[in-house]
Amino acid sequence: MPLAPGGLLQLSPEGLYCPAARAWIDPWRPVPRALITHAHADHARPGCGEYWAIGASEGILRERLGAEIKLLPVDYGELHRIGEARVSFHSAGHVLGSAQIRLEAGGESWLVSGDYKRCADPSCAPFEPVQADVLISEATFGLPIYRWQSGAQVAAEILAWWRSAPDRPSVLFCYAFGKAQRVLAELHRLGVADEVLLHGAVDRLMGPYWEAGVAMPPTRPLAQLERGADLAGRLLIAPPAAHRSRGLGRFAKAQNGFVSGWMAVRGARRRRGYGRGFVMSDHADWAGLLQSVKDSQAQQVYVTHGQSNVLARYLQEVEGINAEPLEGHFEAERFDDDEAAPAGPEAAALAANATAS
Amino acid sequence: MQAFAALFRQLDGTGSTSAKLEALQAYFHSAAPADAAWALALLLGKRRRRLITGRRLREICLAGTELPEWLFEACHAQVGDSAETVALLWQQRADAASEPTPSTDNAGSASFEDPLALWMDERLPQLAALQGEEQAEAVSACWRSLPSEQLLLVNKLLSGGFRVGVSTGLVTRALAQSADLDEALVAHRLMGGFTPSAAAFAELTATAAQDESLSARPYPFFLASPLEPGQLEHTPPEGWQLEWKWDGIRGQLIHRAGGCSLWSRGEELINEAFPELIALAEQLPQGTALDGEVIVWHGDADTPEAFASLQRRLGRKAPSRSLQRDCPAAFVAYDLLEHQGTDLRQQPLQHRREQLEMLYVNWQEAQGAEGGNRLRLSATQTLQQWGGLDDLRDQARGQRAEGLMLKALDSPYLVGRKRGSWWKHKLEPLRLDAVLLYAQAGSGKRANLYTDYSFGLWNGEGELVTFAKAYSGLDNAEIRELDRWIRAHTTERFGPVRAVEPLQVFELAFEGIQPSKRHKCGFAVRFPRISRWRTDKPASEADSLASAMALMEQQP
Repeated sequence: MPLAPGGLLQLSPEGLYCPAARAWIDPWRPVPRALITHAHADHARPGCGEYWAIGASEGILRERLGAEIKLLPVDYGELHRIGEARVSFHSAGHVLGSAQIRLEAGGESWLVSGDYKRCADPSCAPFEPVQADVLISEATFGLPIYRWQSGAQVAAEILAWWRSAPDRPSVLFCYAFGKAQRVLAELHRLGVADEVLLHGAVDRLMGPYWEAGVAMPPTRPLAQLERGADLAGRLLIAPPAAHRSRGLGRFAKAQNGFVSGWMAVRGARRRRGYGRGFVMSDHADWAGLLQSVKDSQAQQVYVTHGQSNVLARYLQEVEGINAEPLEGHFEAERFDDDEAAPAGPEAAALAANATAS
Repeated sequence: MQAFAALFRQLDGTGSTSAKLEALQAYFHSAAPADAAWALALLLGKRRRRLITGRRLREICLAGTELPEWLFEACHAQVGDSAETVALLWQQRADAASEPTPSTDNAGSASFEDPLALWMDERLPQLAALQGEEQAEAVSACWRSLPSEQLLLVNKLLSGGFRVGVSTGLVTRALAQSADLDEALVAHRLMGGFTPSAAAFAELTATAAQDESLSARPYPFFLASPLEPGQLEHTPPEGWQLEWKWDGIRGQLIHRAGGCSLWSRGEELINEAFPELIALAEQLPQGTALDGEVIVWHGDADTPEAFASLQRRLGRKAPSRSLQRDCPAAFVAYDLLEHQGTDLRQQPLQHRREQLEMLYVNWQEAQGAEGGNRLRLSATQTLQQWGGLDDLRDQARGQRAEGLMLKALDSPYLVGRKRGSWWKHKLEPLRLDAVLLYAQAGSGKRANLYTDYSFGLWNGEGELVTFAKAYSGLDNAEIRELDRWIRAHTTERFGPVRAVEPLQVFELAFEGIQPSKRHKCGFAVRFPRISRWRTDKPASEADSLASAMALMEQQP
């Protein structure tokens, strides 16, 4: 189904398709050519013929999709001719190597935002406003109840919380790719120099960040912690999937917290059974979504993910911008799984951690 | 107010009982009596007055933020709580970036540093007393003066929706420990209501006096725990007194110098709803407190009426003569807590029961046929062998009872739910396999999660007819799985309700089934809950209305 105005992109069963480039953007199924906005599991899936992605995400992509994938690394701002289309990748500020993808052909330009955020993040390149005729934007947190404080402010809260319990360990649940490293980088900026423990699923994604020169406190994988080590006052970063798993038995007496945009709502935190909720997201908040739509100067906006109906209606009725929700596999409910459940080697790492310790 | 806000944050941010206890103790230790009194009332849920409705708060918020109403609704669906939605949205207004501005209005101006009692006694009621535009301005000014994380608390207090995860028992224990008093004494002093004032708090935490007069108050109820299989087999069966577990409401009937009273288990005074039981209390000697069951039971009948009859009496302030005639209340006594003004609770059950029987015989002799069996003794039995327990329990249905109670003959009357000497052994519930038809998102912790389900049974024409709603019985993993399934299999939306494809079968358990004109299916079930997700069963094999009718006919 070609999308209006000029049909440069269309919605196919495999996902968003650009006939001019003979390429799919973040396809849901294996296709010959995939343009990848970023390496989260619900955007980068295995089995495609070739992957175009930002070079900085190569390590994570190979870790997640297999070392042997055919990957064509690109840089922010470079202009590529793919088929009949001119394609460029622009920083999305979401995670390391994340991009918005701009496509242009037949006098029409489209921007696929992927996931993005506008506030500062020391673990990745900042968001870049990009102009296009048509914008396809995410709306994971597309409600005005979501309004973020700076990462530095939230990190200071996390640090105060951690230091307030010198007599027992603290476990901080973060999405393994992106959030965990962002928190570490923010803690480093606050002067934290003590070693932070990492769950295996987080540890295996650290390499690309060290290589990219992101400054973080020293870390140690949980598996390398000697038996009977004193855990009082230590901080462990683990993925939410490890919450209440047997693998963290040694941390039974720990205080715990969860770092996520969902923590803005009290019920969402209580339902998951976390003690503290730290409101920090790698997605744009309400004001950030509106600002990005305006910055793009797009005449037509399609909204995907999460609150697509709400954001589209607001743009249409209040801001007077043509907008509609785009139905498809984007609608996979992301309320509980900001980051889709890990598959393949990562799932294996989670399972191994659960039984090993 | 800041100290209370900090306490709220601490209690809300931990699942650990000991951490909660510590936080509560620290608060009670350091708070001024008037503040501690208010905190206590709020934590115990004894003060949930709605000062301003959630709807009104929303109006004021919408006017201040200029957001469209439909957007508020969308946010509310995600948050699941009006007070919190307002708190979160208020920050969206244009001047939100600036620091809180100290309030300068006259309507009970107070700042967040002011004591809790001042907020509760003056500031918030004053906001509530205002009208129209004046109120909107005062509430907005109050919101503007607050740091964003405190907006939620103030809105909860305004809308009467303040709740935090602490039990009455835990709060009582913390208070008792911080005042260095016996927990049971504090529990008793708290029975029957508590006025949040410094004086009341001082009385509550005063050193125990000899022969303390608690004349206006009922005793804290002793509660039974569900019997688990094999729990009692190592004890001799003769040590246990068995009674029917009556299907009415628990009550305490008291006659003291100050007058007569009937208290419900929820510590509400229900004198007005049951004038015939107050008349009964007056026939008992002064200085008597009975523990028993309030139930509808005709004077000459062998069994009481079903719970539905009692429901007609509950909540009626002044029951008419005809209602009292059609649904006469009786008090089935099973324990004597106070006799001739003496607290008997430390005596073994056996002694209390002997005195109860004597009291009953005296009453009967004095009243004769006039008494109309308004007071009844809960009949007791003993077992020779544990093997006969379930057979006896299964006879409960014939007695219109819910099962059996087992009480250790040597047990004192304790406070609250203490395991060990009182057990309840309920009848196996009735069960039907039903098809999920509709789902609605819950609120609070379950906001935006489909957790309120409606189920249907097949009628003769091959259609599914709604027959029960259930909210509980699934574990968290099942709830999430079902939530995902519901979203993917929605056929129609009616506001917050989704109709789903009729494919999923659940076994529902319930306590009883009664004819009902108000229900489309023709009957109503009691306490329906999900007992199993029948993933093994196709919808076509779910139960029919006819099988429900058959269950109903087996009822006495």
